[in-house]
Amino acid sequence: MDALSREDVEQIALLARLALDDDEVERMRVDLAAVLVHMDALAEVDTTGVEPMTHAVPMDLRLRDDVAAPSLPVEVALRGAPEVVDDCFSVPHIIDKSGTAAS
Amino acid sequence: MSDDVLDRWEPVIGLEVHVQLATASKAFSSSAIAFGAPPNSLTDPVVLGLPGALPVFNRRALEHAVRLGLAVGATIRRRSRFARKHYFYPDSPKGYQISQYDEPLCEGGAIELVCGGQRRAVRLTRIHLEEDAGKNTHTAGTTSLVDLNRCGVPLVEVVSEPDVRSAEEAAEYMRALHALVRYLGISEADMEKGQMRCDANVSLRPRGATAYGTRAELKNINSFRFVQKAIEHEILRQARILDGGGTVVQETRLWDGAAGTSQSLRGKEEALDYRYFPDPDLPVLVVDDATIDGLRAGLPELPMARLDRLVALGLALDDARTLMVDRDLGDYFDAALQARGDAALQARGDAALAARGDAAAARSLANWLVGDLLGALNRDGRAVADSPVTPAGLAALVRLVDDDVISGKIAKDVLARAYASGEAPDAIVEREGLRQITDAGAIEALARQIVEANPKQAAQYRGGKDNLLGFFVGQLMKASGGKANPQLASELLRKLLAG
Repeated sequence: MDALSREDVEQIALLARLALDDDEVERMRVDLAAVLVHMDALAEVDTTGVEPMTHAVPMDLRLRDDVAAPSLPVEVALRGAPEVVDDCFSVPHIIDKSGTAAS
Repeated sequence: MSDDVLDRWEPVIGLEVHVQLATASKAFSSSAIAFGAPPNSLTDPVVLGLPGALPVFNRRALEHAVRLGLAVGATIRRRSRFARKHYFYPDSPKGYQISQYDEPLCEGGAIELVCGGQRRAVRLTRIHLEEDAGKNTHTAGTTSLVDLNRCGVPLVEVVSEPDVRSAEEAAEYMRALHALVRYLGISEADMEKGQMRCDANVSLRPRGATAYGTRAELKNINSFRFVQKAIEHEILRQARILDGGGTVVQETRLWDGAAGTSQSLRGKEEALDYRYFPDPDLPVLVVDDATIDGLRAGLPELPMARLDRLVALGLALDDARTLMVDRDLGDYFDAALQARGDAALQARGDAALAARGDAAAARSLANWLVGDLLGALNRDGRAVADSPVTPAGLAALVRLVDDDVISGKIAKDVLARAYASGEAPDAIVEREGLRQITDAGAIEALARQIVEANPKQAAQYRGGKDNLLGFFVGQLMKASGGKANPQLASELLRKLLAG
């Protein structure tokens, strides 16, 4: 198992939107590497032909009937907003100007 | 687009289309769905991504997606999986989008379309389920305003293989998919409301080459017209780069419909890493055979089946395509044809009608519908369903033309008036006595008057100016108020002038 590089940690931090200072990066590098080494023990098990388990409970997805229920009042929905303008969450400008984000 | 570009370069286009599914509630919670509701009035703890909120999937959304899969001939996975796609964006409060990754609901299949007078099939890679994000409005200042009403609306993403070869074909693909989801009743698919949205992957390769070129992804294409314009623009942009010896950069570009151009979405240097993994909140999505069989049995006539039926009726492929891509227009035609057929049955024994046969009647009906009536509706921006002229009304009018009871010219006039007033066209014909004069005696009397009133022209005609016959026919038609049968008038005039 290769040791984790500082760049790896910085990339993971960026993806998780975590601002780490130099000391924290180093601490995370060491800690995360230890976690990975620990998890590596699992690689020793022969899993040939074993379907990956993604859920601990053996059940299928339960479905819901398509019935609408009352929504939260607007003021309740906005209670956690950093700032409210025109009943919208007001946030710093985003690069994408499309207004459509699902991708 | 200049043809020489397309002589050198072959466009290779793949499309990713998001379609909102028509449900009353959201994909993973019971929050209602409505277009144009006050901002943030359609939310609940699941939509807001509040801690502890758990998603429960909407059965109707699943059924809609399976219907689409069956309609395109895809393989429906009996066991598929929801995955989390991670990205930080304020319109997605959870910090991830629930989507499907390596085990999507549908794989394979194809969208059939008509382009350039030819039928084609564009293969599909997959159709998967996911949830929509909220909507950002960008202020002039330094903030964006987020409305989460759209957040959690169920979507299917339809991903095509890179089988599309022109901008026009891409637009036809969108029309065919639009028609399909509307026929299936699984989406309103109104592009203006964002209920159907298109991203296009475009690359060029030298004609004859098999390897793909570097592609750019175009986003934010929100009308059929823009699909074609945006792709044409991209083809030219890439051709210009390649012709100048440059290389196309793999990037995402944002189409700006108002400006008719696209711009690179920079700031994406950080390679996107969505860190997909199976959503621990959502176990395996199981679809059993009985569900699939039930949904299959409930499928309506699909667009291409209608196209085949119309072509078999005798319509030209392009007319059949026009009636196919718009379900309401196709339904209108079917209703009019039915009314026409009923009238024909009542008139059984009418030798002239029998001789023309059903194909001619269908073609004639299609011409009047696609030509005059649709022209008027489009001019006024009216929906076919709101046509002031009913299918039975149009059928009655066209029958009068086909049976030579009125001339085509009068029929155009009657149709325009019926369209304006909402009155039945055949009622206008009866009330105003517009039936064509087919009585040879009456036409001959008129013809004599015309010839006597124009001795100079008659002499010239007899002196060899054959083309003056048109003048006499015109005079006679005018004198009869357009009601004389033109063939009969022409015949009688020729005889009279010769005599």
